[in-house]
Amino acid sequence: MTETQRISDLRTSNAAAPAEPVVALDRVDKVFANGMRGLEPIDLRIMPGEFVSLIGPSGCGKSTLLKLIANLIAPSSGRIRWWGGDFDRVGSAGRRLAFVFQDPTLMPWARVAENVRLPLELSRTPAADAAARVDAALAHVGLTKFARSYPRQLSGGMRMRTSIARALVTEPDVLLMDEPFGALDEFTRNKLDDDLVRLSVERHLTTVFVTHSLYEAVFLSTRIVVMAAQPGRIFREFVVDEPPARSDEFRTSDRFARRCRELSAILTAAAQASGNDEIA
Amino acid sequence: MNADDPKVRTAAPVVLGLIVLAVWEFGCRAGHVPAYLFPTPSEIAVSLYKDWPTLLQGLWSTLIVTFEAFAVSAVVGTLIAFVFVQSRIIELSLFPYAVLAQVTPIVAVAPLIILLVKNTQISLTICATVIAIFPIISNTTLGLRSVDPGLLSYFRMNKASRLDILLRLRIPSALPYFLAGLRIASGLSLIGAVVAEFVAGSGGRSAGLAYQIMQAGFQLDIPLMFAALLLIAVTGVLLYLLMVALNRALLGHWHESALAEER
Ligand SMILES: Nc1ncnc2c1ncn2[C@@H]1O[C@H](COP(=O)(O)OP(=O)(O)OP(=O)(O)O)[C@@H](O)[C@H]1O
Ligand SMILES: [Mg+2]
Repeated sequence: MTETQRISDLRTSNAAAPAEPVVALDRVDKVFANGMRGLEPIDLRIMPGEFVSLIGPSGCGKSTLLKLIANLIAPSSGRIRWWGGDFDRVGSAGRRLAFVFQDPTLMPWARVAENVRLPLELSRTPAADAAARVDAALAHVGLTKFARSYPRQLSGGMRMRTSIARALVTEPDVLLMDEPFGALDEFTRNKLDDDLVRLSVERHLTTVFVTHSLYEAVFLSTRIVVMAAQPGRIFREFVVDEPPARSDEFRTSDRFARRCRELSAILTAAAQASGNDEIA
Repeated sequence: MNADDPKVRTAAPVVLGLIVLAVWEFGCRAGHVPAYLFPTPSEIAVSLYKDWPTLLQGLWSTLIVTFEAFAVSAVVGTLIAFVFVQSRIIELSLFPYAVLAQVTPIVAVAPLIILLVKNTQISLTICATVIAIFPIISNTTLGLRSVDPGLLSYFRMNKASRLDILLRLRIPSALPYFLAGLRIASGLSLIGAVVAEFVAGSGGRSAGLAYQIMQAGFQLDIPLMFAALLLIAVTGVLLYLLMVALNRALLGHWHESALAEER
């Protein structure tokens, strides 16, 4: 049985007995300290194994929504539940979220392996266990040979892969990424997108991914949440009905092109529905 | 000739130095310049050899003051910087006084310090420390503050303790700044030691090179004066090289300041 079949089987069984969402937002909104409204009340459910992309015009609250999901900021009202409970219970239940920033944010004085080991050291993981996990994470992103290099000796894409390895080493259930490949050239980005697809299928990750690229969103996602600005809200959801294990074949197919066109139309509508005093 | 060739790099200044020495030597001889006005390099060398025991003792005594001042300013300066970054209030209330101490010409305060502190050695060290400490305080404070905000939020997200943040993030981030401060302070310690000796004008057991320069001046022993000057300059250069080596040893693999050769 292939990976793809197994996951679609999982999905059908989920449909029979609905699984618990990984993250569930109920009427969640965010008003900042300065009175600025970042998000309208939002309802969103992220199911296990989903790859959800957030896309929309600048300032529509994608990063805000992602930080709410990461519990980096608290909602002004409404409720967020992780696996049906509060965030405090996430760690104790052995569940983990990992956040990947837009920049690699590595320690320049530490070697690649030391950078990847950092979260394990902060959580006081025993050294022998940590070493094995660091090796595994580096192998996953193809950086085994560069374990003893310093970040400055790596290319931009390799630094980003180090950052992803640092997220994977904690063996997260959920990967939250805010425009991780935004600063990279298209070729490198496609390569990392391929890696990400492979990783999330292999590791059964649930991923929430912020991007500005509609091609990237279509290629990666099982579901795309299109947002509109002013006020920040969910405009439309777009399901990419395609097995989650994807390759270059998909990227060059007509199915891909058709979905990009459809998403592009939705994005245009979302931009028109956004208050545009920011651009004016 | 290739300017990047390391042989050329060392040879070029050496050749220039030899040319200058030769011109100096033969210029003075040809012009019959007397040694009490402007000695030739060979006269300086003779004086260096003849007065070596006294000079060595002077050098030793100046070096002790220099290193004591350097060590004290490194330790105390770093401690003050750590206190500064603990809270904004502490820094705001202390910083003006640190600046005040820095801008007051030490030559003006030195007589007071020397008067108050009976032990010459200690008073010299205090004077030199006051001169050398400021770059350490300001650089280390800046370094401890200039932590990458992205990394800081990464540490916080992973529930890092204050101690973890200090040891794994703040101190490594501050290290290049601290070392730059250390390099400036090493030069200032020597300057401070010499200035303090001039002001104190103390002879006896703790007579340093600066005191010998003054004595040589009174006795019109100009070659001796040059010899003492030469020793001070060489000491300064060695201190500088020491700091460069330290910088390279600690930062060589990651920081721009120690990566010149890879560009
Ligand atoms: N800390 C804050 N205080 C006040 N307003 C904020 C804060 N953070 C974000 N905002 C505002 O909330 C809105 C949404 O911001 P957010 O960063 O989520 O947008 P975004 O969709 O990620 O934009 P981009 O695509 O440019 O990254 C913006 O209008 C922004 O000005
Ligand atoms: Mg954003």
